[in-house]
Amino acid sequence: MSLVINNLSKRFDNSEKSTLNNVSLDIQTGEFVCIVGASGCGKTTLLNLIAGLETPTEGEVLVDGVKVTKPGADRAVMFQEHGLYPWMNVLENVTFPLKLAKIPKEEQEKRANYYLEMVGLSEYKNYPIHQISGGMKQRTALARALVMDSKVLLMDEPFSALDKQTSNQLREELQRIWLETHKTIVFITHSVEESVYLADKVVVLSPKTGSICDIVNIDLERPRHVYSSEFVEFRHKILDEVKGENLL
Amino acid sequence: MSIISIIIFIVALIAAWQGFYMIGVEQFELVKSYKFPTPKGVFDSFLNLCNDGEILKAIGSSLYKGLIGFMIAIAIGLVIGLLINNFKFLNKTLKPIILGIQTLPSVCWVPFAILWFGLETKAVVFVIVMGTAFCIAIAVDNSIRNIQPIYKKAALTMGASKKQMYFNVIIPAALPELISGLKQGWSFAWRSLMAGEVMTTNLSGLGVTLAFARDFGSEINEMMCIMIIIVLLGILIDKCIFSTFEKRILKKRGLA
Repeated sequence: MSLVINNLSKRFDNSEKSTLNNVSLDIQTGEFVCIVGASGCGKTTLLNLIAGLETPTEGEVLVDGVKVTKPGADRAVMFQEHGLYPWMNVLENVTFPLKLAKIPKEEQEKRANYYLEMVGLSEYKNYPIHQISGGMKQRTALARALVMDSKVLLMDEPFSALDKQTSNQLREELQRIWLETHKTIVFITHSVEESVYLADKVVVLSPKTGSICDIVNIDLERPRHVYSSEFVEFRHKILDEVKGENLL
Repeated sequence: MSIISIIIFIVALIAAWQGFYMIGVEQFELVKSYKFPTPKGVFDSFLNLCNDGEILKAIGSSLYKGLIGFMIAIAIGLVIGLLINNFKFLNKTLKPIILGIQTLPSVCWVPFAILWFGLETKAVVFVIVMGTAFCIAIAVDNSIRNIQPIYKKAALTMGASKKQMYFNVIIPAALPELISGLKQGWSFAWRSLMAGEVMTTNLSGLGVTLAFARDFGSEINEMMCIMIIIVLLGILIDKCIFSTFEKRILKKRGLA
């Protein structure tokens, strides 16, 4: 799997300025890439373009050399709002993408159970969505994204609506799951700390120009310790870049 | 609120009604007695109506017409609703017209209906359809329009086809609002039915019996009795069918 972004630009109809400007990026198989930037820098737009939910004004996104023209099951997306269906229970939500792919029912359940186990929700699989906590909803959404076994997992600030404790816990779990599965992940966040904790590579977007202003490789051992001096150094470096771009 | 306090309230209401009759009509003769119903009179005429079995036939005939009209209205409303939802052009052109027609009281369709269909059951059904279908069409359109965008977005990223999107996402997501639209549609249908029946007196039905009571008996108590039956039947169907269904759906989703 390779994900290649070539000279991507996006300008919305009602806007004078391009939200994204000439963004190019290569993402390797199994790489964990975080995209950070001040609000309004086009992070979510970039993710939507990769997902195929928006069409670019210029440039292209290639997945294994094939140009993205519409959304598809090869690029699973996890949203900030969980996007689970309230008329289905936890298990039904997780099997849903498999049902869409017309996978046999037995296989559906087997795969869903495997990922529900992975996110620690086996005991809650028959619960209706409204009876589980916010953190559990995001775990369900994560299981639903993983069960598709897609080439890429796109995550749009998936933990930012949760309280700090829950989001820390889920972040650790995501890291564990990523180490187990080695999925290619593109993760949008406004939290620099989160990006340094998770990513192999942090891409800093500038709200001023709508383009990439830096790509930082984080070569720290995992699991990372947020208070270690190297971690703090990376955090400051990226934070300065994000802030600097914001002030100019 | 307990059922007892509701019963006490209703009993008090009936007592106030009887009291007003005794003081206002019998004592001071503010209103002529044949122009004002009494609780007892209404109850007596209810027993009367039950005795000769005419009322059951009228109820059956009304429900039959109401149901057929409602079903046709749902079918037409569904088609129009889906059309104005799917095609931008129709949404710009047809929807405003439908919203306009919807404001027309259904009794306005009665002369038209009689001209087209004569004093027949068909005429009444036509009035029901015209009074109901457009309101259902608007409800269908709105219920789909108001679906949270994330439901559709998520399904797209999971590879849903157009057909899968409709059956697995759009319909279940729109269902709660659709049911309340149908519920409102039923109240429109019931009202249209009565408007139609009052005008077509050669048939049988509650509205027909009501018109008869006025024309031939000047029987104020019987008129009142039939009006109460009309209200109670309308409520009964609303509660038994639509509200039960609505509650079940909302409860499953944790919304009630």
